[in-house]
Amino acid sequence: MLSLYVPGTSPVHRTRAGLKLAVLAVLGTALFALPRIEVVAAALVGVLVAGLAVARLPARALWAQVRPVWLLLAALFGIHLLVTDALTGTVTVLRLLTLVLAAAVVTATTRVTALVAVVEWLLRPLEVVGVRPARVGLMVAMTLRFIPVVAERAARIREAQAARGASGMRLGLLVPLLIQVLQLASTLGEALDARGADDVPARRPRRA
Amino acid sequence: MHWGRRGAAAADAPLLPRTAVELRDVTHAYGERTVLSDVTLTLTESRIGVIGANGSGKSTFARLLNGLVVPTAGTVLVDGLDTRRQVREVRRQVGFVFQDPDAQIVHPTVAEDVAFGLTNQGRPADEIARRVDEVLDRYGLDGHRDHPAHLLSGGQKQLLAIAGVLVMEPQRVVFDEPTTLLDLVNTRRVAQVIEGLRQDVVVVTHHLDLLAGFDRVLVFEDGRLAADGSPAETVPWYVARNA
Repeated sequence: MLSLYVPGTSPVHRTRAGLKLAVLAVLGTALFALPRIEVVAAALVGVLVAGLAVARLPARALWAQVRPVWLLLAALFGIHLLVTDALTGTVTVLRLLTLVLAAAVVTATTRVTALVAVVEWLLRPLEVVGVRPARVGLMVAMTLRFIPVVAERAARIREAQAARGASGMRLGLLVPLLIQVLQLASTLGEALDARGADDVPARRPRRA
Repeated sequence: MHWGRRGAAAADAPLLPRTAVELRDVTHAYGERTVLSDVTLTLTESRIGVIGANGSGKSTFARLLNGLVVPTAGTVLVDGLDTRRQVREVRRQVGFVFQDPDAQIVHPTVAEDVAFGLTNQGRPADEIARRVDEVLDRYGLDGHRDHPAHLLSGGQKQLLAIAGVLVMEPQRVVFDEPTTLLDLVNTRRVAQVIEGLRQDVVVVTHHLDLLAGFDRVLVFEDGRLAADGSPAETVPWYVARNA
């Protein structure tokens, strides 16, 4: 989601973010409610068709999301072989794989602002108790934005420490990183003020 | 050129025409530490540079101009608007570009970030889309509209930060060391962008070359205005003083 959006004009790209998230939720529920191999296999094929053929996403974009969980899935299958049976293990692994791929298709075909708009819409009923949906949406967007920024700063600190002979100082990373993040947060606060974040309207305009 | 210009009687000065930034007896302190002392200035020029050593007060001075910092004492007026009482109106008129673009870019992708300020203003979606397209095209970012901001180069990030401010069409833009983190090519690019702006600009910088062609340069020292004049007068004086 941090850098997953793949620009495009496919029907999947054009589908409203709320609908895509709803389909994702229904798919997840159905996969757990109907743990049968034919259902799971059909769902996996459907997701692959939607992602590769309809949305025309590059296979590497989907693989990039599967790669981090590949070992986990393999371990899960191995545990099922020991504890239950191969069929149950296959259903379990394919179900998780399908969900990971479905989530990847949604994030690769949906702009962050559109997803944030759904979050804001879902939170709208909470306005009566003082929740400001636009603020929450902004926090979600900024979280996604700043994860790579903080990771980059951590990498720089690690390099600086390594250059001075330090190694494996995980705790030693924390203090300078915390200081840099606080400095970043201070400037970010100023930037939000300067860019009119205080002027956030009660409801954001809909995208064209 | 004016040296250490101060004006105790400035608080009684008449209101200026609505085309100026005015600082009247401005002092600012962070706790016990005074970073700007008794500054009185009227800024009417289109291109104003601000130079000085680290800690001289120039960044605080810049932040005063759009109400990011409210003076501990004294008054800052932007086109007659008091930054203490009318800060939202002031910020709509005065854009601010920070030294570190990473701290200014708040959305994950380029076009979304440029749209941020306009969205805050509640502009219609079609107007936002049109203005974002215009600005991305103008600053050579149109090919990056859906790219993740964190994957841009340093120069592209600074251009994105500038685009995010200029899309809001402020009347003035304050740049706080916009080229400090950039290489030579990107420094030139940002300098060209600043040169081409129709808005009035105030540029805080250590890159003295940027100031050629500016109308006026302010030199800060230890929180005080040490010199004020044309680049031809002030820059050599500043260089000699710090030799």
